[in-house]
Order: sequence, then C-alpha cells, then structure tokens
Amino acid sequence: MSESMSVHPEVVTTHDVHHDEHGGGHHKETFISKYIFSMDHKTIGKQFLITGIIWAIVGGLFSVLFRLQLGYPDQSFPILETFFGHWAKGGQIQPEFYYALVTMHGTVLVFFVLTAGLSGTFANILIPLQIGARDMASPMLNMLSYWFFFLASVIMMSSLFIQTGPAAGGWTIYPPLSALGQASQGSKLGMDLWLVSMAMFIVSSLLGGLNYISTILNMRTKGMSMTRMPLTIWAMFFTAVLGVLSFPVLLSGAILLLFDRNLGTSFFLSDIVVNGEVLPNEGGSAILFQHLFWFLGHPEVYIILLPAMGMVSEIMSVNSRKPIFGYMAMLGSLFAIAILAFLVWAHHMFVTGLNPFLGSIFVLLTLLIAVPSAIKVFNWLTTLWRGNIRFTPAMLFAIGFVSLFISGGLTGIFLGNSTIDIHLHDTMFVVAHFHIVMGVASFFGMFAGVYHWFPKMFGRYLNSTLGYIHFWVTMVGAYLIFWPMHYEGLAGMPRRYLDKSGWVSFNQFGDLDKMITVVSIIVFAVQLMFVFNFFYSIFKGRKVTTQNPWGANTLEWTTPIRPGHGNWVGEIPEVHRWPYDYGKDGRDFIPQTEPIGANESKH
Amino acid sequence: MATTANVHQTKWWSGGKSPFNMEYGKLMMWYFLMSDAFTFGAFLISYGSIRFSQNFWPDPNVVFNAFPGAGHANLPLAFVSVMTFILIISSVTMVLAVHAGHKGDKQAVVKWLAWTIVGGLAFLSCQAWEWHHLITGEHATLIDGQIKMVGQTTAVNPWGDLASASAVADALKNTSHETLVQLISSHDHSFSHEQLAGMSQEKLMSMVNAADLHIRENGPVAFGGYFYGITGFHGFHVFSGVVINIVMLIMTQKDIFQKRGHYLMIEKAGLYWHFVDLVWVFVFLCFYLI
Repeated sequence: MSESMSVHPEVVTTHDVHHDEHGGGHHKETFISKYIFSMDHKTIGKQFLITGIIWAIVGGLFSVLFRLQLGYPDQSFPILETFFGHWAKGGQIQPEFYYALVTMHGTVLVFFVLTAGLSGTFANILIPLQIGARDMASPMLNMLSYWFFFLASVIMMSSLFIQTGPAAGGWTIYPPLSALGQASQGSKLGMDLWLVSMAMFIVSSLLGGLNYISTILNMRTKGMSMTRMPLTIWAMFFTAVLGVLSFPVLLSGAILLLFDRNLGTSFFLSDIVVNGEVLPNEGGSAILFQHLFWFLGHPEVYIILLPAMGMVSEIMSVNSRKPIFGYMAMLGSLFAIAILAFLVWAHHMFVTGLNPFLGSIFVLLTLLIAVPSAIKVFNWLTTLWRGNIRFTPAMLFAIGFVSLFISGGLTGIFLGNSTIDIHLHDTMFVVAHFHIVMGVASFFGMFAGVYHWFPKMFGRYLNSTLGYIHFWVTMVGAYLIFWPMHYEGLAGMPRRYLDKSGWVSFNQFGDLDKMITVVSIIVFAVQLMFVFNFFYSIFKGRKVTTQNPWGANTLEWTTPIRPGHGNWVGEIPEVHRWPYDYGKDGRDFIPQTEPIGANESKH
Repeated sequence: MATTANVHQTKWWSGGKSPFNMEYGKLMMWYFLMSDAFTFGAFLISYGSIRFSQNFWPDPNVVFNAFPGAGHANLPLAFVSVMTFILIISSVTMVLAVHAGHKGDKQAVVKWLAWTIVGGLAFLSCQAWEWHHLITGEHATLIDGQIKMVGQTTAVNPWGDLASASAVADALKNTSHETLVQLISSHDHSFSHEQLAGMSQEKLMSMVNAADLHIRENGPVAFGGYFYGITGFHGFHVFSGVVINIVMLIMTQKDIFQKRGHYLMIEKAGLYWHFVDLVWVFVFLCFYLI
C-alpha cells in the first residue's frame, strides 16, 4: 500500500474510505438495510440464490408438465384443468400451453437460474471473501444489480398470468414468429413482457459484471497476485467479461425486435403472409436476429458453465487433499474458452443457409474448444488421481460434474460438425447434448457450491444424508432422462413437437418417453427435497463450530464463522502463497495466509 | 515512503493496490464503455448487413439537404455538419471541465460543465428538428403506380431511385386530386391552393409535365428504421450524458467534490461524454457520409 500511496494518493484514499465505511460493521442496521436493501455482498449473494431457487422450482415444474404431455400424449390429467383452466382443456395440455411451457422452461433455467442464480450467487459471495476484500468495489451498484434482477423476475413472472400467456416462440425467440402478434397467442403481450424483462435482466447482469471485474482487478488484498487467486475467482472473472461483452448484443437484438413489434419497422421481417394477410414489411432479415441472438447465446453457455468449472476445481482440490493439477493450464484453458466463446456462434446456424465455407470455419473454431475442455477434464482427473478423497456431498457433485461434462462434451463434437448437424439439428439429440453439458452439469457445479459453502453462508451444515440421496438420484436420473434422448434424436425425432405419435417411425419410442417422464418426476421431487434441506438447514442445521471446517486454504475460511459486513474483524489478512498447498511437506494443508517457511519445498 | 517507491520496482499486480493505478469507478466506466460499444457495434453491423443486401440505398446528399430557415435551398449535409461541430465542441468544453477539476478550480469546472450541458442540449434540439423535418416533410413518391405524398417514417421511404418519365405519366392518371394539388402548389406558386383545388382533374393533369417532376420511387424501408433506431439510441445516450452532467454540476456547486479533495467523478462523466461523441462519429460516417 505504501508504494501505491506515493504514486497516486487518490487510489489509496478510496480504499481507506471504503474500509472505514464497512470495517467492523458499526453501522446501525435495520431489518430493511440488513436483509432487503442490503449492500453486503454476502446477503446479496443469498438473495440471488433464493430467488434462483424459486425460479428453479417454477422452471423445473414446467418441464414436468410438458414431459407429461410427451410421455402420455393421449392421457387426460383432470388435475391440470383444475389448475390451468382452458390451457389444459379436458386435462390435456393444449398446444399453446405446451409451447409456452417449453419457452419459459428454457428462459427461466438459462437466464434466471443458471446465470443470475449461479454466477450472481457465487460471484457475490466468493469474490470479496476469496480475494480478501471488505465488499464489492461498489456495494451500491451491487445492490442495484439484484434489484434489477428482481424487477426482471417480476415482469417475467407476471407474463405467466396474463390472458394470452407468456412468450411461446422458444427461448431463442426467433422472428418472424416472435415479431408478429397475430402469428400466435404467445407472440402477443407475453412477448413484449419477455423482451422488457430481458432488458432489465441485461442491466442487472451488466451492473453485476462490472462490479465483479473491477473488484477482482482492484480490490485484492496484499500479496494476492492474479496467479495466487483461487480458480473460482478466475472463472468468475472470465464469466463477467463474457457477460459484459455479449449481453449488450442481445440487448440490441431485443430493442430491434421490440421496434418491429410495436413501431412498424422491418428489421427482421420481409415478405410475410400471416393467416392469408400479406404484410407490408420488406427488406428485413430473420437470420440477422439469429446472428445477434447467438452472439450472446453461445457465450451465454460459458457464462453458465465457467462458474461451475471454477467451483468444481476448488472443491475437488480441497476434497482430494491435493493441489489442483496444472493451475496455469486450468487458467489458460479458461482464457481460451472465453476467447473461443465469441468465435463459434454460427454453429447454431449451420442449416440457415449459411455459406458452407463459412460453416467450415465455424466447425474448426468449434472443435478447437475441445482442446481447452479436454485439458480441464484431464486436470480434474489427475487432481483426483491418488488423492486422499473425502466424499462429501459437494465432492460427489463436483465429480458428477466432470462425468456429465465428458458425456455432454463428446456429443458436442457430433453437433459441431456441420455435416452431421444437418441430420441432428433440432432433434432430441440437441436437447440431450445441451441439457447434459450445460444444464445438468452447471446445476451440479451449483449444488457442489451450495453444499461446500453453505457453512460459510449460514453458519450451519446441510444434512449430508439428504445430500447423498440428492446426489445419487439426480446423477442416475439425469442420465436416465437425457441418455435415451440421444437415440431418439439420432432416429430423427424432432424437438419441440407436441405429439409425435402420428409418425410411425417414432412409435417405437413411446415407452422410452414414458420412462423419461417418470424419471423426471422423481428427479424433480428429489430437488424439492434439496430445497427442503436448504431451508430447514438455514434454521435447524448442525452448527459449524470451527472456523475452517473443510481444512481449506482460501481466505473465506479465515473470517469468523458468521462474518459480519466487512468480513474480517481486524485487518484483512495478507496472502503469501497460492491456494492449493495441500499435502505439502508432510502437512495436510497450508492456508494462503501463512508465510513461506525457510525450508519449504517448491511446488 | 516516497523513497521506497523510487528504489523498488512497484509490483502492480501483487495485490493491495490497483494494478492500473486507477480507482474502481473509472475501471468500471471503461468496461461499461466497452460493453456499450458492443451494443452500438451490433446496431451498426446489423445496419450494414441489411444496407448492403439491398439493390438501392438512398443518397444521403439528397435526404439530408435541408437547413432550418433556408427554405428549399439544397444544402447537402450542412445541418448535420453543424450538429457534429456542436457535439465536438462540447467534447472540448468537457476536456476543459476535467482539466479544471484536476486543478481543483471549482468556478472553472462549473463554467465548462455548463457549456457542455448547453452543447448537449443544442445537439438534441438539432436532432429534434431534423427528425421533425424528415417525418413531416412530404415528398411526392411513386408507390404502387400512384403518386403519394409521404414523409420519411419507419414504414415508408420516399428516397428511392428516380422514376422514369413514362412511369410518372402513367401514375399521374391514378393519382388523387388532392395529391395533384399538393404536387403543383409545391412547384408552381402562380396559383393559390384554393384555386388549384377548384380545378378539374384534367386541368391539373395538363399543368404537370412528368419529365420535370423528378419524382422518386419509394426506397428501402430499412433506411428509416435504422436511421431513427440508431440516431435515436445515440440521442438517448446524449440525453443521459446531459442528465449526468447536470448532476455533476449540482454536486460541484454543493462543494461535494471540493470536500472529497478530487474531481474524479467529473473525469468519469467525461469519459462517458467522449464515448458518446466518438459513437456519433461512427453514426455520422455510416448514415451521412457513406
């Protein structure tokens, strides 16, 4: 600090002011300032988590509903009519309802749960704690980030309750379907609400991302050089950069789509006849929207996956009692993935009439992602190799993540080839691929994070027995649900179809679809059990009695068991080493705060 | 302390200090501007992709040739040059405000901020006039075999290719009485509007010479959508910048920065203002020059 003080007094002033404001927490806190409009990063993280959990229940329930339709297309469920009225006339899910369910399931899970709920939660909770900062760079903007997310949630939630229902054009909201209210029920008011909600969501993500980036760059404690940061923080950093640079492009697309819908422009519309009516729009391009959408859409996949990767690396090292294998390789592959994430979006568009030569470039760039991904997988496996593994629920979910990432990643190689993609595009194979590699895998990362850091968040443990049941049922269930979908997809069964029983070629899959539906109901029920475990343990869980229950090296375990606003009671500790000194020189672990000993071996 | 800094190489990245020797807010602003650049980039690339997929695109020298108070004089790009000049000057005054802030000169900060706000408001007023002129200024346009009087909106564009004399002559037969009256009164001032309105269709037809009218076909509708969309989004940024600058002005007046001992906030507002100016340069290039 003294060095920078002599160079640029302003910089240090702000640091000190900051410390005074939040050190020790001598503010008078009311209920509202502590739990509602809180500026404490830990509380904001919990707000993101709990909102995310609520959204996950909603989004998960939607999938159960449309799985009922897919598994039992002819059966009537009178209870559905009781709850959903004309949307499920005669106890059967109506087409409009089905498309609304599919669309909102994707939207909710991708954005509200796995973006806001995952990186919103763990970036907030872990960044200041693991880099040694009192709070985020700007606690105020951080709070606003949550409340914009909340506003986006309210708007999206309200779209579920309007007469014409929520958006129903698929989570990718391709025009012209999404641009024309007369084209479908779900393209009426629900679509406008979707776009406005997403604009609010993008503001939230931007405010959060700017904070994560500047906190990581500027607020690290003394000695915490960039290469001494835990991999979680590196992952959060790249996630934030991806979000800050890709979400604005979706914002542009959303604004143009709003104009097409409401101001008579023709950005994405040309030569259209709807219900016999010839529309005047000309000159626009529906494909243009797909480019704008997937320029966000593909990095979005990594926005979801990278935090999970970071947390898995950390949890795996702690519970293997071994240093992470290849720290710099891990970091380099995160970086490579972040760069490549921007260069592969058109692999979602191979069958749009994209120039095959251009397609081949996107094939190459897409397959290149296999290199850093494989490096990461090998490093996780070699971290486990001959480790002194503790199979905590968090560790099981971390290992499960690697399994899912391998299986889902391999099918990505199929889809990344433009020629095979012509056959597989828009089939259940795609559904299987991205649910395993991005959906379930990221959920596993999230669960690992929740089980691992729950003691830090609430000062209590989650129940481990329920945790083991949660893991095994989810793990087996995920494969039972999504593995068979590969076969369906290879046989040509399209995704998003309401009822496939009309095709003789797909009749053989009737029983398989029933099985998938039954398993997904079981898995959903087990997630509810996890939610019970979560809320029960906040109040009644076994209390944490030691400061460092997992024997971990990182800084969050040097704070009090229930840290106040400001995190450390006294000075922020200084960092002397990287976070992965496990099983070194005959010692189980050496925290980052311990100075390098005189006779210590090099790692 | 100063001596240690001179002796040791400062380790900027080792933690405990900002690696860029920068306070967090400025870092955030830089990243925000990068993000915003992607928003504008997406807009401009969309515009480019649509524009170059069209067979015809309006000539900016024809579209933007009006000047307030100059009547029908043909002054291509004169007004937008004034607008651009105003915005660039407002960047200069912003630089001076930031510079005054470095010296802690409150009065000068107030003065230059005020001029920057004036510049921003002047730009917005110019844009309002330009939009109003484009939307309400009606042009005789050949649409579907008829002559219609239309302004530049998001759904119709009067700046297509010049129509052939024979096509115009055919179209005149299908054109409404009202439109003919408007058409003649805009060229020929020897009759009043009422006199023309009283004349028969045949009489009016005999008064126009299809070859002299220089009537255009309707042009690509994407022109209006992108022009209003992108200049509007930029105008919204200028408006936000003006609001930010007004807040900065009030904070300066209240001695908030004086008490803090630095005018860093003005610097951050300045970064935003310059960015908005820089974006205008690209918008100007894409819509007016190319």
